[in-house]
Amino acid sequence: MLWACILFPQLALDTVLRERDDPEAPLVLLGGPPQRRVLRAVNPAASALGLRAGQALTAARALADGFACVDVEPARIEQLQQLLAAWAYRFSAQVSLHYPRALLLEVGSSLQLFGPWPSFEARLREELAALGLRQRIVLASNPVAARMLANGHDGLALNCPQATRDALLDMPVERVGLPSEAAEAFARMGLRRLGQVLALPRDALARRFSAQVQLHLDQLLGLRSLGLDFYQPPDRFEARLELNFDVESHQALLFPLRRLIHDLAAFLAGRDCGVQRFELHLEHAEGADTVLKVGLLAGERDASLLFELARGRLEPLRIPAPVRNLRLLAADLPPFVPQHQALFDPRAQQAQPWDQLRERLRARLGDDAVKGLRAEADHRPECAWQGVEQGGQGHLVMAPGRRPGWLLPVPQVLAETGLQLLGQAERIESGWWDGGDVRRDYYRIETRDGLRGWAFRDLAAPGPLWLQGWFA
Amino acid sequence: MGAVVELDRLLDQRQVWRGRQAQARPQGLQPTGHAALDGRLPEGGWPAASLSELLLASPGCGELQLLWPTLARLSGEGQRVVLVAPPFIPYAPAWQAAGVDLRWLVQVDAEAGDALWAAEQCLRSGSCAAVLCWPERADDRALRRLQVAAETGNALAFACRPRQAALNPSPAALRIALDLRPAQWRVLKCRGGLPPAAPIACPGQG
Repeated sequence: MLWACILFPQLALDTVLRERDDPEAPLVLLGGPPQRRVLRAVNPAASALGLRAGQALTAARALADGFACVDVEPARIEQLQQLLAAWAYRFSAQVSLHYPRALLLEVGSSLQLFGPWPSFEARLREELAALGLRQRIVLASNPVAARMLANGHDGLALNCPQATRDALLDMPVERVGLPSEAAEAFARMGLRRLGQVLALPRDALARRFSAQVQLHLDQLLGLRSLGLDFYQPPDRFEARLELNFDVESHQALLFPLRRLIHDLAAFLAGRDCGVQRFELHLEHAEGADTVLKVGLLAGERDASLLFELARGRLEPLRIPAPVRNLRLLAADLPPFVPQHQALFDPRAQQAQPWDQLRERLRARLGDDAVKGLRAEADHRPECAWQGVEQGGQGHLVMAPGRRPGWLLPVPQVLAETGLQLLGQAERIESGWWDGGDVRRDYYRIETRDGLRGWAFRDLAAPGPLWLQGWFA
Repeated sequence: MGAVVELDRLLDQRQVWRGRQAQARPQGLQPTGHAALDGRLPEGGWPAASLSELLLASPGCGELQLLWPTLARLSGEGQRVVLVAPPFIPYAPAWQAAGVDLRWLVQVDAEAGDALWAAEQCLRSGSCAAVLCWPERADDRALRRLQVAAETGNALAFACRPRQAALNPSPAALRIALDLRPAQWRVLKCRGGLPPAAPIACPGQG
């Protein structure tokens, strides 16, 4: 078994930065009681202003101004960790959040599928960068060693227990996760490296230090295993994004929306499912949320497609009040079935599959805008066709040229001057069984301009000719 | 002294074009289904992956007679045909009787403003073989967009427009005016050749 540890060295800061569209602007994270606010983390731009983590806010204000302050929110960090676990679940069945701010993945069994470790690692880094997170990745032969080596290394890949042990021997004692009093005691004894500690006789160590120390050292070397509880993906997706200021325009909503949808896509890929319906709640300072429902005909999980669909529905929406928060809910998660494509497709340069095109049209024009036609076995013109999702052939065979190609939505009264009736009348008398009884004599007519139409005289209410279609 | 210029190079640069292109393009051939019309068009049919403009004396004056054979052939091959905001309801039994496979016929309802957008999306996607639209007030730019989209998606675009639009220039590869009395088709413009001078009589309406 091989374990990868992905450590997020500044998860709290990245949680905030990834949701802002100006990550280069100076920003600090605040913590501590209200009487004494302390800077918890600063981004590089703030660091250039002379701000450091650990400073009091009053001191920071004296040093510089023009930096944004954001409160640390443990709930949001926890939410992001859950999302990261969902993301990692697509790469490995054994994902653990045992250590804070770090993901543990068993990757030994995933290498068959995701390729040799260097390309696998590159892919992990690329996707994490797309999620807006800084990361350190270490591969080792057991999870505890991977986590502790990540304290001092980035990009280290150790395939066997011996190499792991060699790398551990060089680690400083205070950085391998020993209890703090034990680490301090070792340092006072002059033992700086873990190798020096491990060279000591085992029974002497056991006598001087608590059992916890020996257990941890054994787990580091893989002599004893650590009980990990593995991540189980939830059945629904819910994410909430606080905008921290009132947003009144659609444009300003698009960036956070894109971030939410990318998170959703990462979650879906991890669970190998698509989304068929999701809801976007626009929360206002007061009053009920504005709910935007996005429905698809088939499960999809492509981030750009989902974003475009959501955007298509968001843009025509009238929002009654400024938006405070965005929340995305997806409960209907059917299995994802990729589009079937033949190798020798007759239309070789099919850039966009029909399903995607249909969703795009529906997103902008309305749910019922795209439809097929089905011919029905009925002689009444109004009932002889139906707009349905998937068109189909009818069973009533009609000779070509007997019926007009275009039908008027409602029959129109036709002035009879200059009209020429062609041929005999055709009587259509049908529908007594469903209440839509018609008794009509249909004529083919030709107007003065030469247009050929289809008109009827109603036998139930004698009167003018009614035009119902054109032989186009 | 003017240098001697090779004829082939001039032809390649499209500075000079042959009046009558002898070679047909069998791979992209899109016959209209009307032998009399096919014989008069330079490509032996609709210009492939291009916009064709039908200029109608009035709506319903015979555009379906002209298009049905093509739509029947495409839908019979399992290729999708899209009607974007048709002015009337397509009467399904008649379309079926004309040979159109309704399983491959799609109707898109759109407001006038969105119809051009929808037509462009369908053309550009490459998943539709033919797209029919009825642009009411389409300017030169809109038609050019349709033409480019048809090239991108390798699809046939048909724009049905009132006959008054014949006076304005158009980027369409083929322009056919449909007359009622007498019932005939006049080719006003066809890319790659001179338009035939004589009108083509419609096959008798059944």
